[in-house]
Order: sequence, then structure tokens, then C-alpha cells
Amino acid sequence: MEMNRPVTSETNHGNLKRWGQYALLLVLTVIVLGPFLLGLWTSVMPTAEISKGALWSTHISLDNYITAITTTPILRYLLNSLVISTVTMLFQVLLCSMSAYAFVFLKFRYRKQLFMVFLITMMLPFEAEVIPNFSTVRNMGLLNHYAAMIIPFLTAAFGTFMLRQTFMQMPVELKEAADIEGLSHWQFYSQLAVPYAKISLMTLAAYSFLSSWNQYLWPMLTTFSDNFRPVQDGLRQLQGQESFNNWGMIQASAAIVVIPTLIILFIGQHYFKAGLNEGAVK
Amino acid sequence: MLESLPKHTNPEEPSKELVPVGLNSATEWRKDRLYVALFLGPSLLILSVFVFWPMLKTMYLSLFLTDNFGHASVFVGFSNYLNLFKNPAYLSSLGATFVYVIAVSILTIILGMVLAVVAQQHLKGIRFFRTLFSSTMGISVSVAAIFWLFAFNPSVGVFAQISQALHLPEINWLADPHFALLAIIMTTVWMNLGFTFLILFGALQQLPSSLFEAAEIAGVSKTAQFFKISLPLISPTLFFVLIVTLIEAFKSFGLIDLMTVGGPNNATNLLVYRVYQDAFLNGNYGLASTESVILTAIIAAITLIQFKLLGKRVSY
Repeated sequence: MEMNRPVTSETNHGNLKRWGQYALLLVLTVIVLGPFLLGLWTSVMPTAEISKGALWSTHISLDNYITAITTTPILRYLLNSLVISTVTMLFQVLLCSMSAYAFVFLKFRYRKQLFMVFLITMMLPFEAEVIPNFSTVRNMGLLNHYAAMIIPFLTAAFGTFMLRQTFMQMPVELKEAADIEGLSHWQFYSQLAVPYAKISLMTLAAYSFLSSWNQYLWPMLTTFSDNFRPVQDGLRQLQGQESFNNWGMIQASAAIVVIPTLIILFIGQHYFKAGLNEGAVK
Repeated sequence: MLESLPKHTNPEEPSKELVPVGLNSATEWRKDRLYVALFLGPSLLILSVFVFWPMLKTMYLSLFLTDNFGHASVFVGFSNYLNLFKNPAYLSSLGATFVYVIAVSILTIILGMVLAVVAQQHLKGIRFFRTLFSSTMGISVSVAAIFWLFAFNPSVGVFAQISQALHLPEINWLADPHFALLAIIMTTVWMNLGFTFLILFGALQQLPSSLFEAAEIAGVSKTAQFFKISLPLISPTLFFVLIVTLIEAFKSFGLIDLMTVGGPNNATNLLVYRVYQDAFLNGNYGLASTESVILTAIIAAITLIQFKLLGKRVSY
């Protein structure tokens, strides 16, 4: 918070102050991105030199990436994660928006109570329920399959809650006009409510994709083969295997996993920011 | 409630009917039933099977001793709970978890705030720096663990190299019971920074600039402006961030599994990791269920406080 201090010679040394601000930004960037940059840098260095503790090498190459892609199932892991996260995201957006719609526009008995029930599920951590859920997916014969990692997350109380807030902001006149026009609920939902909540839906999509992508404990418990293993668990496998000391290749695998997420994040940041500010308390 | 709903609903059918204008509320309610089943049914089914039922089952199992297959065998009442609270290993897990959660929350918020304040400056290229500051949001747990495992590595890691260069005592971060939890705390804070920065930055941006112009004219220092104007005004956002960070920290599992496997000497054996160990490595499902219920109680209590304080915004 350097720049919060009153700078006495501000007028004389405006340039100096600006350089100071940039220096501060740079220092913070190095701290924030340090471990990431270090990893990225090691990923293009030969492992033999990394193991000697070298921080600089003249043999910069993409060899580690080629080794990772050709000798490990890293691309398969990425594909698995992409399938799981995309399907989870699509269903969450659909089912959460439908249940949110029900809580705002449909009249039924026990509506308040049922909404409370949804709120309660937000208090129950999935991490504390893995024991019975593991038996459930085992009994359903879903172990070691995409379905085990998708079905429990088809809907989310958080998403329903967030979209309900958005739907409640729709002008009442819109619904009244739709009723007079004779629009059914399905028509109102698909033609008016969904387009109205576009930004919230994008936010939920980004959120559900990332949370599915970042799942760790559940895939680790329910997957035993590379055919279905998502990236988080996959990286764990790579790290634990014979390649343990092959730092260059491990760092290259991490980079292969992180680069697509960062690209998605930077592209989606606009929506994400808008949605987060909408969802967070002001 | 669910039983009273029609079982087989065809989404096409009701949409073809035109709802007559001015129909009385009784028929309207009946009409809506099909839609309630269609719109709410799937979510309710999923939540029942994967959230409610397992919670009841976990509570039930926590009162039993279990066999190797995880079936309840002997009813023991609350003795699983009593035994846990007498078990020094569990109490030390609980203690370590609280240290971890509190340290992570405080450090995340302070550092996130520093980044958010710095990113407020009007400088050329500031947008680029804002993007960089938020970037740890895209880094998943396994990737973060790999980066930090490398940084903490006793022979090639950057921390070891720095302390060597400065002739400081060398710390074997992840193998030393005094430092392993600190290492996990640092990694978690780093992972949290991007998200926290983004939220706090957004909140600061939304404060009306007229307030600060007036303060400037009145001769209020920048530091006082921050502590007397900005901080109180964004306190609801700070609270939101605090709750989210607390809850996420209580649920930490991945970093521990990847970096320390609960060790050394159980120094990083936090609550969720203990549940995993007792259930899936030791096969003690009854005990693990008891630990799950305790974890749930803690998280539910924090969430309840959040709901209470959000009260006005959560409208029914």
C-alpha cells in the first residue's frame, strides 16, 4: 500500500512516483506469478540441469512437452476432464435455471419450505458425504466411468439460488404481458427468462465448469483407469510414478493442463467479473 | 410432496395448452403442478439421492460400529463422538485445521486487499496487471501442488537456493513438522489470491468517486481514506469473502494429499484428510462418518451465520 502514503514531493517528482508505482506492481506480479513462472521456465529446461539446481540453461526446448505427450496419457486426461466438465456445466445451467424458475414463477404448496430445503443443501459439504455416495455409485455400477463424476453434480443449490435472485429482478409486467399473450411456462422460460438471465447463466456456466475441472477427491475415489481419469487425478498419477524426479516433464504436464484453463479464464473474465459482482454482497 | 405430483410428464403437452386469462387461482395451482414436476423434479431427485440421503446415512452410521463393507453392525450411541473428543490425534487434527483455516483466511484477505488497492491506480497498462493478479484463479489444485512442490524441494527448490545463497539455516519445508502446515497455508493462500483479488477489486471500483473527491478537498490522507471510507463501505464484501474462504479452507483435501499426505507426524492431517484416511484407507466407516458429521456441523454453523447476516438480501 505504498501509494497510500502521502508523497510530499509529488509535484516535483511525478515521474519518480510513477516509476515507483510500476516497480511495486512488478514486485507484486513476481510474487503472485512466481511459482507459476518458475514452473513454466523449468518446463523448457532439461531435467538433468534442473536436478543440479540450475536456474539457467542454454538448452531451452520443448522436449519435455513432447515427452509428456508421447509417453504419458496427459492428453487423454485432458479429454476426460473436458467431457466431464462440459456435460456437468450444460446440465447445471439447464437444471438450476429450471428449478430457479419454479421458485420464482410457479405457484405451489410448500414453495417456501422447499426453497429452504435447497438452502440447507448449501450447508452440507460434499466432502462429508463421500462414504454413502461412494456406495451409491458402486451399487449403481457407475464406478470407473464418466457418469460417476457427472451424475452427482447435475444440479447445484448454489446455482439455483443465484439464478432465483436474477429471475426475481425481472419486471412483473413482463410476466403479466406473457400471461395475457397466453404464453405457457415453457415458452416464457425459454423465450424470455433464459435470455434475460444471460449473464448469470454465463457466470454459472464458468463456475460449474471450473469447479468440475478442479474436482479432486471424488474422481480419485471413483476412477481406476486412465480411460476415465480426469486431469487433477491424472497429474497425481504422473507425479507418483517413475517420473517422480523428472521435473521437466512434470512441469510440462502441469503447463499443458493450466494453459487452456487460463485462456478460458481470460476470455470469460468479463462475464465472470460481472456475475461475481452480481452474486457477491455489495 | 413428491408423491402427489404426476409421475410421467411430457414437456411438449402442457405447452400447447393456452392458459385462459383471469382463471381462478385454484385451477392455476393445479395447472402449475405439471410444471413443478418438470422444472423442480430433476434437481430435487439429484439433491435427494446425493445430498440429503447421504447426510442422513452418515449421521446414522456415526452411531454405529461398522463392518469391512461399511455396513452398520453394532449400535454404540454417541460413543464414537465421545471417543473422538478424547483422542489426542483427532484433537490435534482439529487444532491444526483451525490454525490452517484462520491463517489462510486472514492472509488471503490481507494480500488480496493489497493487490486490489494497488490495482486501483490509474496507470498505463494497469488492466494487464489486473489480469495477471486474477490469474491464480485458473490454477487447479494439482497444478498448484506441482509448482509449489518444486519450490519447496530441499535440493533444487527456490526456497532452498535462497537460504543457501543467504547462508540461512535450510528448512526442509514439507518434511519438517514445524513448517509443513505453513507450507500448505502458503500454497492455499496463493491459490485463493486470484478470486479474492477479483471480488475485492470489484467492490472497491464500485465505490462512488465523489466520496473520495470530497475527502481529498477536506484534506483527508490517502491512508485515512482507505481505513475510514473504503474499508467500512466494502465490509459486506469482505464478510462474503471471509465466509467463502473459511468454508473452502475447512474442506481442503487436494493439496494435503499431493504435498504431504497428512504428514509429517500428522502435522497436516486436516479434517477432510482424516475422514478419507479412516474411511478409505483404514476401513473404519463408523468413525469416519462421525468425523464427517462434525465437519458438517462446523460448516453448517458458518453458513448459518452467513445467511443470518445476509438476511435482508435473502428474500422469500
